Amino acid sequence: MSTFQFPESIKSRPVYGTLEPRPGKFHLMIADAEGAEAILDLAAADPALMAKAHVIYIPKGTGDTFVSRLKAVAPAQFYVGPSYEAAVPRLRHVLEAAHMGLQVYLTGTEGLMGQAQNEAMQAGIPHTAIQTEHRGSVARRMQCVHCKGITEDVMHDPFQCAHCGLHLFVRDHYSRRLAAYQGVCIDAEDPGNVPDPVELYS
Amino acid sequence: MSAAPQKTKPGGEQIAVTVSAIAPVNDLVTRFEFKRRDGGAFPPFSGGSHTVVEMKDGALTRLNPYSLMSDPADRTTYAISVRRDDQGRGGSLFLHNRVAVGDALNISYPVNLFALDLRAKKHLFFAGGIGITPFLAMIAQLERTNGNWELHYACRNEALGSYADQLLGKYPNNVHIYYDDQNQAIDLADLLDGQRLGTHAYVCGPKGMINWVHATASAAGWPDAQVHSEEFLAPQPGREFQVRLCKSNKTITVGETESLLEAIERAGVQAPFLCRGGACGQCETDVLKADGEFLHRDHWLDDAQHASGTKIMPCVSRFLGSLDLDR
Repeated sequence: MSTFQFPESIKSRPVYGTLEPRPGKFHLMIADAEGAEAILDLAAADPALMAKAHVIYIPKGTGDTFVSRLKAVAPAQFYVGPSYEAAVPRLRHVLEAAHMGLQVYLTGTEGLMGQAQNEAMQAGIPHTAIQTEHRGSVARRMQCVHCKGITEDVMHDPFQCAHCGLHLFVRDHYSRRLAAYQGVCIDAEDPGNVPDPVELYS
Repeated sequence: MSAAPQKTKPGGEQIAVTVSAIAPVNDLVTRFEFKRRDGGAFPPFSGGSHTVVEMKDGALTRLNPYSLMSDPADRTTYAISVRRDDQGRGGSLFLHNRVAVGDALNISYPVNLFALDLRAKKHLFFAGGIGITPFLAMIAQLERTNGNWELHYACRNEALGSYADQLLGKYPNNVHIYYDDQNQAIDLADLLDGQRLGTHAYVCGPKGMINWVHATASAAGWPDAQVHSEEFLAPQPGREFQVRLCKSNKTITVGETESLLEAIERAGVQAPFLCRGGACGQCETDVLKADGEFLHRDHWLDDAQHASGTKIMPCVSRFLGSLDLDR
């Protein structure tokens, strides 16, 4: 199973739910990697949903594992892309042309859900109306609060900023606007005193 | 400090005003305009705000909320439009029959429980009857910022369509009027279908209309956060009941035609309030002991809180039996 029970944390940390079918005119589903399993569960819960669904799927490391099964639940539109960035123009186009009654379902890694949620919010959907379900990797999308650079798929705490090279402490402090957690220099007071990195939630 | 100090006294600070104009709109509705007695400028407000008008009716002090319908950018004048309710508790009749130009009144600072969501890509308004009033201020506000809006306004007939002609004349492309006596009705499901993403709906009118818009939008997949409504309740009369105010160490009897909040105030106990219509939540009061049956009527507490028997909104809710309150 690709689910993970996140421990309780500060209020800033996003809380994810379980995707459930909702009444709507059209259903936009965006998933990466193991998020495919949540889409398959959703399709099983209400097969009629898929006739009005557009699935945008980024397999990441899972390759072809889920692609044929997703195709088999027959979404009205199905797109498989190499990266979230590659899917953004399509996502924006869909949101631009969409009408009220659109339901948005996001599932997979936090980085994907956060960024897609941000696009949907900018299109006018309140974040409370966007469903999310975490599946797969617990890796995080981190912003270095010093150089503002984003480091994707961070698995260790502390980690080294991919942009400025500072050693950053992984915080639960989250920004919906940036779709990223905040990383703060861990050895600012005592330069060079960097604890050994530990894998997140290990 | 002229910013609205909400917490300093129950109901917030008041503004002393003079009635500067009284204009009949039709057989039932009259517009009242106010100027500040000190000659200063009114605080700015946002469309959808209301003010609580204090009326000294003999020994009785009436406090009724009315939506501000004037242009929010006009700081010289506040205006409300009041529908005469011959069966009501007398607030609207007092304004219609006993208030004259030049009279002094006190009104509260504006409070907004029905604000525009300015993130909306489009504002879709549904008004029923006198429910048009908050939209008049919202429309003035949106016109100034080139906002995208559309009004669907249901009235009984042409004679009672308050401001319908003015709205239609000024904004022929945005305003749609429906007259009941001509069998015109809002085709709601069709209207909601195909609205652009990011549209917010707002409804003000009779309870049935509010519930209809919420239910229809929800069934079409509209998020609750994008459907806004406002309904002020007037306190309903009921059987007399006894209340013990434990903090003040007083026992009061709530009369048949007064609200629990009014009875508390009559006993000289200061209780917090703002809207006096079951919407804002300010007057929420803890119940210490209850022997009898709650008659909850507010929009504030949720069903679980209503069932718990530990909270009451004294502005609109009543009780059958005897009640101990933490007040």
